[in-house]
Amino acid sequence: MNGASRSSPISTGTVASLILLVLFLAAWQWGPGLLGVPSFIVPPLSMVGSEFVHAWQFDHLLLHTGVTIAEVLAGFVLGSLLGASIGYLLGMSPTAELALSPYILALQIAPKVAFAPLFILWMGFTVYPKILVAILIVFFPVMVNVLTAVRTVDPDLINLARAFKATRAQIFWKIEFPTSMPPMFAGLRIGATLAVVGVVVGELVGGNVGLGYLLTFGEGQANTPLVFVSIIMLTVVGSIAYFAVILVERHVLHYLPQRTAMDRNI
Amino acid sequence: MRFADRTGGVLTAVRGVNLRVRDGEVVCLIGPSGCGKSTLLNIGSGLTTPSEGTAFVDGREVAGPNAQVAFMLQKDLLLPWRTVVENVMFGVEIQHVPLPERRRRAHQLLQKFSLAEFSGHYPHQLSGGMRQRVALARTLAVDPHVLLLDEPFSAVDAQTRIVLQRDLARTLTENGKTALLITHDLLEAVTLSDRVLVMSRRPGVIIEEIVIDMPLRADPIARRTDPKVNEYVTRLMDRLDIAHTSLERQSVGGAT
Repeated sequence: MNGASRSSPISTGTVASLILLVLFLAAWQWGPGLLGVPSFIVPPLSMVGSEFVHAWQFDHLLLHTGVTIAEVLAGFVLGSLLGASIGYLLGMSPTAELALSPYILALQIAPKVAFAPLFILWMGFTVYPKILVAILIVFFPVMVNVLTAVRTVDPDLINLARAFKATRAQIFWKIEFPTSMPPMFAGLRIGATLAVVGVVVGELVGGNVGLGYLLTFGEGQANTPLVFVSIIMLTVVGSIAYFAVILVERHVLHYLPQRTAMDRNI
Repeated sequence: MRFADRTGGVLTAVRGVNLRVRDGEVVCLIGPSGCGKSTLLNIGSGLTTPSEGTAFVDGREVAGPNAQVAFMLQKDLLLPWRTVVENVMFGVEIQHVPLPERRRRAHQLLQKFSLAEFSGHYPHQLSGGMRQRVALARTLAVDPHVLLLDEPFSAVDAQTRIVLQRDLARTLTENGKTALLITHDLLEAVTLSDRVLVMSRRPGVIIEEIVIDMPLRADPIARRTDPKVNEYVTRLMDRLDIAHTSLERQSVGGAT
């Protein structure tokens, strides 16, 4: 906030981060050779770099990445919308929550990625089973956070609105909905990274396009550098999703004082 | 007024309470924690329906929340995502007052409480005393006839409290508002009100009515220096039996 005193620890932190990055990249490039690790186990950085260029030119890396991004986006958006809607509905209807909670809990405990083969049986080698796994996996953190937020709204706030003669809809839009925003964004952050997991598992199980497919393709050819390229691209896709959520969050929750170094740096 | 308690039994919060606040009068309710003071306010504001008996505001029976009554609590209940001016407009917004009129009222009140320069700030940027003043402005913005105040200043520091008491007293007198104020602060009760009602332990009944026969209700700071204040405070302490109350008995009942 106040320039001089605050900026120096941040820039020290940034410099330290950069030094760590350089050390890590150097260790990756020369470490395997020094330790006698063969390059088909851990390929050095330069090999992964040239494989990246090769994959870009001949293996449609851009197409695979684009398909994965589209699936992640679709799964995340639909899963969040569904999760938030159900969260609000259950939050406002204790009866519905009581009736549905055992099933929701069971579905939450079930490992969502295990549904991938089933969805592929149902829908074939299309993009839909991947999106569906992502929807399922994104749904829970968003729903649980929204539900908890609606349930824990300060009853005095509701009474305040009621004393001003607020209707049920006004209480929702002016109190409950805005109150649920910070926990909902916490859920969306988790959902953004989980969406990538859901999509990749779907692609690993079946299909012929996407970074998950590229990963198994590289594995089948014992092309370790391609596996590394795929993992790196997946990390990039996950980061894009995560930071997109953060950007929206900072815009929506601008009224909150910023709390952590993570918040400030981003 | 009875409530079902957690064990399935019935808890009588207040019983046989009969109180009347005249137009433009400021009445204080004091009594031990858990004696049902807040229950009375909730009934008055229409948030709770009494199991027996009725409440009237302006001669009409209270059947639910109504626009003539506004309440304010110890918690400021400001909405963190709204700026100061938007918080002040919260009540009038719910009541569908047109925007230009909302703005006019809010700015007038902020001016009055010397908060005009903070109108674009968010609640977390304000001090506790300022937040409570914003809450008072929000309460007054709906232009209620009756204000129900539940320990409105008990969470702020002593000096801020004196200033807030003065602001409240002036506003009430200038606009001829009627107010029912709950407090634990005996000095606050005496300096702010026309009458003090003392309640007993649960089930709460009114055990004493003390008419504060002092001038200058609009200026509690001046009233503080009046020697008569001590007489009233002594009488209240005596009536509440504070000298002989053990802490365990006081703490029974929890939140008020």
